[in-house]
Amino acid sequence: MFLHGYFPAILEGLRSTLLISATSLSIACLFGLIGAGAKLSGSRMAGLAADVYTTLIRGLPELVLLLLIFYGGQIMVNALADRAGLGYFDINPFLAGTLTLGFIFGAYLTETFRGAILAIPRGQMEAGKAYGMTQGQILRRIILPQMVRHAIPGFTNNWLVMIKATALLSIIGLDDMVHRANLASATTRAPFTFYATIAGLYLAVTTISILLLGWLERRFSLGVRKVEF
Amino acid sequence: MIDWALIAESWPLYLNGLKISLILMAISVSASFLLSVPLAIARVSRNPWLSKPVFLYTYVIRGTPLLVQLYMIYFGLAQFEWLRESMAWPLFRNAWFCAWLAFALNSTAYTTEILAGALRQTPSGELEAARSLGMSTATIYTRILLPSAIRRALPQYGNELVMVMHATSIASAVTIVELTRTARDVYYNHLAPFEAFGLVAVFYFVITFALVGLVKLLEGRFLRHLRPMSIPSKAA
Repeated sequence: MFLHGYFPAILEGLRSTLLISATSLSIACLFGLIGAGAKLSGSRMAGLAADVYTTLIRGLPELVLLLLIFYGGQIMVNALADRAGLGYFDINPFLAGTLTLGFIFGAYLTETFRGAILAIPRGQMEAGKAYGMTQGQILRRIILPQMVRHAIPGFTNNWLVMIKATALLSIIGLDDMVHRANLASATTRAPFTFYATIAGLYLAVTTISILLLGWLERRFSLGVRKVEF
Repeated sequence: MIDWALIAESWPLYLNGLKISLILMAISVSASFLLSVPLAIARVSRNPWLSKPVFLYTYVIRGTPLLVQLYMIYFGLAQFEWLRESMAWPLFRNAWFCAWLAFALNSTAYTTEILAGALRQTPSGELEAARSLGMSTATIYTRILLPSAIRRALPQYGNELVMVMHATSIASAVTIVELTRTARDVYYNHLAPFEAFGLVAVFYFVITFALVGLVKLLEGRFLRHLRPMSIPSKAA
């Protein structure tokens, strides 16, 4: 029988891995945009806070941050709940895991987004202002569409690293693809088969991501002439 | 709030973990560097029989999680009876050997791509000059291409060193008591996450920035010739 009948369980794990990745990515984008905004805001305090955030995250292994936030958060939430007179909370690993991954990769995306915004010529924003656009219109019509183009290469990289980092969440007990492979290996005593299978699935996901984001980059660069020597 | 007594008490454990982490990193990085130099040369080769297999290798390794690679080697290989009955089995049963193998193979893929990228950036004039002097291919590589490519690769290679340092924390998943495992053990014994993981975070932070500083020093030494003559003013 194919994969000792565990193929549907593994696919279920793939679905969970993709869901975790997508959720973490959205959270990371949010943190990244806030971080980039803070760094470019010109405010001393906001810039400093964003610098501390990105430096701290990049100096630590993902696994350590994951453990710190997951177990530390558990205790913190319960201490707060205790003070508020509420009962015991069990932190949902999905929530904690995706929040942590989002927080970590938000630091990397902060740099990506900051670079992408800086790559837009200043004159364009000034031109927008001269036309009487509001700050929101400038952001929506001028900055965001062009930022996407400049951000895609860095974004692709971070996304690929993040998909792979979701594997670490199995260590704090999230039911992802690696966790499914662990369970299947334990019962069938064919660990290599299962780990190789999920490795192949990860490879498929990264390959599809590279193709899709490459296509997206070309779409967003349609109006841009390449240098020809 | 912070249990300083616990920190003082577990300090020696952390120092031991630090030693293990650094050894793991050193043996992984040295193996991957030695492997990636010939692989990078093959990767930029015009012969597809050389470059394509190396590309396949780096692509597969870079497209899959290190944790899964480590599990494949440490837990997975036990599936094969011929290996279990072979002379090599004591090695593959050993967590250290498996972790070293996984980290070295993983880092080799990234280092190969970094070096290959640096090799491709070689100014064509350098290669032409070397050829016109009648150097053999081997001499061109050892005297011209590799020394300058390795220098150019230095900033990115510094990032890779930090990545490997951080990756050694994954060895905690296969019973090796390095820094992260130490912190996890302290956490399980005392249920003090902030002390246990906060302290280990400080350790990693210090090593990371020591590595970054070291690479900066090396860059100052080896990339001096690439520094801009005068720094253009940043004010727009």
